[in-house]
Amino acid sequence: MGDHSHGSPNDPGTVAKAGQGSVESFQDPGLPPHRPRLADVDPRAAKRAERQVTLLFVVSILGTALFFVAYFVVGRTSTFSGIRLQNTLLGLGTAFAMMGIGVGIVHWAKTLMPDHEITEMRHEIRPEAERQEAEAMIGDILDETGIKRRPLIRNSLIAAVALAPIPAIFMFRDLDRTGATANEIVDRLRYTMWDKDTKLVRDPSGTPIKASDVQIGSAFHVIPEGLDDTEDPLNEKAKAVVLLMRLDPREMEISPERETWHHDGIVAYSKICTHVGCPVALYEQQTHHLLCPCHQSTFDLTQECKVIFGPAGHALPQLPITVDSEGYLVAQSDFHEPVGPSYWERG
Amino acid sequence: MSSTTEYRPKTSTGKIANFVDTRVGGSAMVKEFGRKIFPDHWSFMFGEVALYTFVILLISGTFLTFFFDPSMAHTVYEGSYNPLKGVHMSVAMASTMDISFDVRGGLFMRQVHHWSALLFVAAVSVHMLRVFFTGAFRKPRELNWVVGGTLLILAMAAGFTGYSLPDDLLSGNGLRIIDGVIKALPVVGTFISAFLFGGEFPGTAIIGRLYMMHIMLVPALILLMIGIHLFMVVVHKHTQYRGPGRTNDNVVGFPVGPVYAAKAGGFFFIVFGIVALISGFFQINPIWNYGPYDPSPVSAGTQPDWYIGWVDGALRLMPGYLGNFSLEWIIPFPWGGNNLILNVLIPMIPAAILIGAMFAWPWIERWVTKDDREHHLLDRPRNAPFRTGVGVAGVIWYCVMWCAASSDLIATHFHVSLNDVTYWLRVLFFLGPILGFIVARRIALALQRKDREIVLHGREAGVIQMSPEGGFSEQHAELDVYKRYKLVAFESHEVMPAEADSTGHVSRGEKARGAVSKFFFEDRVAPVTPSELEAAHGHHAPAIEESSEDASIDR
Repeated sequence: MGDHSHGSPNDPGTVAKAGQGSVESFQDPGLPPHRPRLADVDPRAAKRAERQVTLLFVVSILGTALFFVAYFVVGRTSTFSGIRLQNTLLGLGTAFAMMGIGVGIVHWAKTLMPDHEITEMRHEIRPEAERQEAEAMIGDILDETGIKRRPLIRNSLIAAVALAPIPAIFMFRDLDRTGATANEIVDRLRYTMWDKDTKLVRDPSGTPIKASDVQIGSAFHVIPEGLDDTEDPLNEKAKAVVLLMRLDPREMEISPERETWHHDGIVAYSKICTHVGCPVALYEQQTHHLLCPCHQSTFDLTQECKVIFGPAGHALPQLPITVDSEGYLVAQSDFHEPVGPSYWERG
Repeated sequence: MSSTTEYRPKTSTGKIANFVDTRVGGSAMVKEFGRKIFPDHWSFMFGEVALYTFVILLISGTFLTFFFDPSMAHTVYEGSYNPLKGVHMSVAMASTMDISFDVRGGLFMRQVHHWSALLFVAAVSVHMLRVFFTGAFRKPRELNWVVGGTLLILAMAAGFTGYSLPDDLLSGNGLRIIDGVIKALPVVGTFISAFLFGGEFPGTAIIGRLYMMHIMLVPALILLMIGIHLFMVVVHKHTQYRGPGRTNDNVVGFPVGPVYAAKAGGFFFIVFGIVALISGFFQINPIWNYGPYDPSPVSAGTQPDWYIGWVDGALRLMPGYLGNFSLEWIIPFPWGGNNLILNVLIPMIPAAILIGAMFAWPWIERWVTKDDREHHLLDRPRNAPFRTGVGVAGVIWYCVMWCAASSDLIATHFHVSLNDVTYWLRVLFFLGPILGFIVARRIALALQRKDREIVLHGREAGVIQMSPEGGFSEQHAELDVYKRYKLVAFESHEVMPAEADSTGHVSRGEKARGAVSKFFFEDRVAPVTPSELEAAHGHHAPAIEESSEDASIDR
């Protein structure tokens, strides 16, 4: 590199250091000689390329025709196979229509348009002279505003501009359309629609469940009775869904305060994963494990749904249940802790 | 402004052109861009693919908006698809069903839209990898790299907001995960969730809000960023690979008119054709199989769209407990406990590191190399082994997390234990990037050595010679000057030890820089010099000789 033009105070660029002399690097041989293509020298090849390009454009026209065949001949179809056929033909038609044009133009460019490479010089992005001019200009502009001489104006403007956008942030407070106060927003995560004597019913049929219907090893997807009559059934359901299972009470380790929460080995646990809220939908009968299909958190039913694998950070909440006078399963109360993913105020 | 001999166009096209030209100054624009030179290389087309898939997204998306109704109001499906007839769902889901089954070509447009969205994020990602591995982000293009990174994030945002719109079971569970992650944010999480969903999850507001973001806010930002991106490409002019005739001060390539415009314009149609072909043959997001969103069911083997996979995978890799200690830590404040949900928050850290490092890399590299020159010539990835190593480490880290998002499918397809897959991926999460860095850097250095050998001893000529003693050897032919120049014209960074500042003091930062520089550039292969080549020709050395003291060639 014999180029010493970029000098700086620390490196004047005038001393050729060892290993930097021009003999130490190869000379740029310049652009390789241009090789003519067949179409450049042979008029027949050029003619052939011309015909190929035209053929490709014709393919495109046929593709557009195919699109119309799919649209009008297959037409309005309501069968699944009809829809599938139409979709495939529309795709093929569009593909031919587009590829015909695209490949045709590229082929045209590559065979018939000149392929000489051209060299253009780059320009300095910011010439020093322009910088000086611009700096002077900005200086003049600032001078004319007098902002440096009048700090009172400057400071009061900064204060006003800093405060002005704050209302815009507060405007977003009503994004929560329920009108809930901050405490209510936190509190509603704590409660579900389960209550004393709420019947456990099947999801989605809504039929109540008799304790005697629940065999050992079986599992039910359960919702509270009256879910569909609530104002926002999906919101309630998103908190209240429960998995009901029955296993041999001797297989379960039950802590003293939960002795009465099950009915003869029938237990109910929240179906909402305590990790980020997916439904814990997979029940492994043999191992008594509950698995969340989203992130594979695994809960052990025999240990009060304690986390035994995966990213969840606490056990699934248990719904205390019992039977009513007719033998139907009912809740004893709401969950004793918030269901679903954890949050800052959960405690 | 009038001249004595005013131009009078003769043809009607000429008249129209002249009308426009005299009002907007078109001649100047034609002069500026008509013959502007663009270098040509296959690796430059990924950015084009990104741009074109975005155009296809705008076209197909506009069509879809005419039929889609982003309402979460409750309705009963009565369309053509029999299995879901009479099923309760939201209007958003029902209108997506109608687009699929009762609007001719609607399904095709949905498929085109979804496939080009997947391709768009992929093209942006691959384009960024190209820019990274060739060093195109260096001065003066650092800011354009940041714009590109912003575009990548916006592309993912566009994808995710659109993914959730049909209000089907799969995307609804995706939203539920987002809700869970938001709720894990300290202090503000509960409220951000309430504000986003307009109350409790799922509420009736989220689809309309996402729709606004998906069809207005995010695309407008993307268009703005694309505008800035392309404007800067014009300001900087395109980079080019090193080679004969190509210097840091010139651009060698084809003029916009006609060759480059024809190739790039034609390529748009090719991309569109490929998207149409995929959309015609391969089903994507069959919401009629998933059904409407309901908080209770979930399909096993759920997968996010590919570009969200790495974040989802990080969530899966994180254990909730370390031994018996729950990572959901309850901070004992005097007013009661507050939950720090580390098992959800920690997995966000790798994403933050990866994205942060991506944005910061141009400055990191400039700091280590103290290289403040303008670079318009691209590096072959092998000629920057340190950068290639870092890039591969990042890619591997990303891919481990991405694989983890499919841990359940890996387990079921290969009949291995799901838990083992997770354990192995946890190990790879830490070891993968390190091994990736080492292996990639070694491969790059080995390829550089191979290049040296080819330059010094010529290419294998394919001619086998038998000596009078009966030994066989292959003749080597000398490279022509152009091919040789390609292999010798590169810069090889050397270690720059920590230097004292003007007061003679070596700052701690400078010491760290020196250490990083040593780590990166200790092993290096210098380009062949003419004198080395002469020496090699002179006495036919058996192997590559160590002729430059800093060329570390260990044989």
